[in-house]
Amino acid sequence: MTDHPADSAPGHRESAGTPIQVADIEDAKPEAGSGAAIKAAIARIADPEQRVLARIAEMRKRKPSLRETAITMSHGAGGKASHTLVRALFADVLSNPALEELGDQAQLPVSGLDGARIAMSTDSFVVSPLFFPGGDIGELAVNGTVNDLAVGGAQPLGLSAAFILEEGLDVAVLRRVVESMRAAADRAGVSIVTGDTKVVPRGKADQLFVTTTGVGLVREPERLGIARIRPGDAVLLNAAIGDHGSTVMLARGDVDLEAEALRSDTRPLWGLVSTLLDAGVEVHFMRDATRGGVATVLNEIAQQAGLAVAIDEDSLPVHDEVRGVAEILGIEPLYIANEGVLVAIVAAADAERALELMRSLPEGAEAARIGEVREEPEGMVFIRTGFGGTRVVDMLIGDPLPRIC
Amino acid sequence: MKFADEFRDADLARALGARIAAESGDRHWKIMEVCGGHTHTIFKYGIEDLLPSNVELVHGPGCPVCVIPMGRLDDGIALARDPEVIFTCFGDLMRVPGANGSLLDAKADGADVRMVYSPLDALKLATQNPDRKVVFYAIGFETTAPSTALTLLHARAQGVKNFFVFCNHVTIIPPMKAILDSPDLRLDGFLGPGHVSSVVGIRPYEFVTNTYNKPVVVVGFEPLDILQGVHMVMRQILEGRCTVENQYKRVVHDDGNPKSLEVLGRVFALRPQFEWRGLGFISQSALKLRDEFAEYDAEKVFTVPGIRVADPKACQCGEVLKGVLKPWECKVFGTACTPETPIGTCMVSSEGACAAYYNFGRYSRSRDRERVLAGSAANGDRR
Repeated sequence: MTDHPADSAPGHRESAGTPIQVADIEDAKPEAGSGAAIKAAIARIADPEQRVLARIAEMRKRKPSLRETAITMSHGAGGKASHTLVRALFADVLSNPALEELGDQAQLPVSGLDGARIAMSTDSFVVSPLFFPGGDIGELAVNGTVNDLAVGGAQPLGLSAAFILEEGLDVAVLRRVVESMRAAADRAGVSIVTGDTKVVPRGKADQLFVTTTGVGLVREPERLGIARIRPGDAVLLNAAIGDHGSTVMLARGDVDLEAEALRSDTRPLWGLVSTLLDAGVEVHFMRDATRGGVATVLNEIAQQAGLAVAIDEDSLPVHDEVRGVAEILGIEPLYIANEGVLVAIVAAADAERALELMRSLPEGAEAARIGEVREEPEGMVFIRTGFGGTRVVDMLIGDPLPRIC
Repeated sequence: MKFADEFRDADLARALGARIAAESGDRHWKIMEVCGGHTHTIFKYGIEDLLPSNVELVHGPGCPVCVIPMGRLDDGIALARDPEVIFTCFGDLMRVPGANGSLLDAKADGADVRMVYSPLDALKLATQNPDRKVVFYAIGFETTAPSTALTLLHARAQGVKNFFVFCNHVTIIPPMKAILDSPDLRLDGFLGPGHVSSVVGIRPYEFVTNTYNKPVVVVGFEPLDILQGVHMVMRQILEGRCTVENQYKRVVHDDGNPKSLEVLGRVFALRPQFEWRGLGFISQSALKLRDEFAEYDAEKVFTVPGIRVADPKACQCGEVLKGVLKPWECKVFGTACTPETPIGTCMVSSEGACAAYYNFGRYSRSRDRERVLAGSAANGDRR
């Protein structure tokens, strides 16, 4: 876009009607992850181990391709397989500028809004059991979409709810779910303004599935974005991690464990987000750490921003119950799903103020600064272990599989 | 967290690491941790960062998933595809590739494959589904074998007729012997497996010290356990001793667990030989169900193909399991073979040396690590 210099800023979105000029890509750099790129990457490295590692780093940048011929449960776990499915199938076929951001919400420019944008997000809920300590499928469905909007700086304006009901479902169960949605919507300051219902024969669905879609308003669209992340930025969490996934896992009864104090953390986050934005905190980016956990979000940030993230294990807020469950089942709290936790990337100078603001709210009471963004090594996430070592934190692969001994 | 945090103390770790560095001198040390649980701990806590570069940990053959040969996995998948069968196994196994896909793929294809945390959960499934046949794919060393044995005793006592075990239990001593006999390996000593030893005790390792003159220290699974174990092996060599020592006294009794051993003896018998991934056939290295339990033995009740499948040509899991190759030295490591698309078993289980190295260890001991560690010093005064 040589004739619009201002447009070449990273993170710029095409405004409606501007043709994309493919010919502008003059850079002769080999495609990321290609054989030529790998050759170039390892050309000057003498140490054989480093050569192997550099080759892997280059291959990780490769555009993912979907190798499976059938959908497996891994494709829904929110980790690497989910990413591959989204990028190699959905984003590939449906390709358009708003979708390619692959954000929690899409942002659509609309003329006459004074630079503000409409944000849109959708999410389906299939949780089993429907009711668990601290929440239920209805509350999740409202908070999930509200939060996907909120982390983009969008104030939720209205939600839709679409139900798929299994023949034979107890109406009292449905009523309880819908009442819970009403309560959650009231709490989030939003209304469920439209909806749809389908019924499928017994056995073709598991009781009920619900999809919510939300529309929100982003008043300052340029304020948040992966492209705004800078080396040195602080990485913050608003709350302790792993509560939701652990709770549902135990409620399902697959494992004979009990943790009475364990509750899902499902809650709306717009109040917390707007508090930060209204106070003028220099927030650069936020993302909701749901499936795949905080580890997956940090990897998305590192890879999309082309930067590194280093975190400290000792600073991660994790409740003792979650640590216990994770320890026994051999899984990592960093990979467990949350329903009320966001990762905020904030300018280092504003980090302490952001923490104070978060801690003044119940949903931010356990806010913590867990690490920082670094320039290198590109695309990687590290953890400094409490024991004094370091290790790589990669994306979730497959479902969180427990170790067996 | 009580009983765990005490063994993860960073100050103690630093002090112990410094002492190991001081005593290691100029020589290069090669110490093998036999057990996959140790491999996992080493990478999860970044223990190699605390060791001097002349002390090398070699990752051994003790990951139960990693040693399963492809043919035995395909046998399991064939069982899982039987529409009458509910197939149960531990979670790690589900992603291991067979000759034609994994259990996870079979599940996506319609097979009823369920993850369990204990063989008792599989037995419970059998009582809850009396019209189905529940098969438990049993794997693991002497650590998990007693729970399989106990489950079979329960099944018999309860008169459950629709529960079956496909037994792939293996024993720890024969592969250790195979490694010690391997000509291409030079080791200074062993970190002995902790939980296996809680069952068998520490005496079975005496052949390592007596015949092969290598010290063995049985260690626990917390990071300080491992550092202390490394130090104890070094001390033995520096002081000219060579014995089996027990660092994991809080769990391991020198004589093991007689009750577990008795249950194992009642239910299992040794197989004449068993195939190990990458190590080939090793005699008397695995367990089968005794004839009294034939009605629970999936190998006898069902028709299993029993075809032997050669490991993929490019796969060098055998060399990695023996500690001859480091994970990154394998031809396909990180390129054709990654945790999402594993070729070899070592890349699947979180206890596999390759998966542990790929997931956690990349960049450890590298210049990048120096830079990342440098950041922790600045943590005190972040502002």
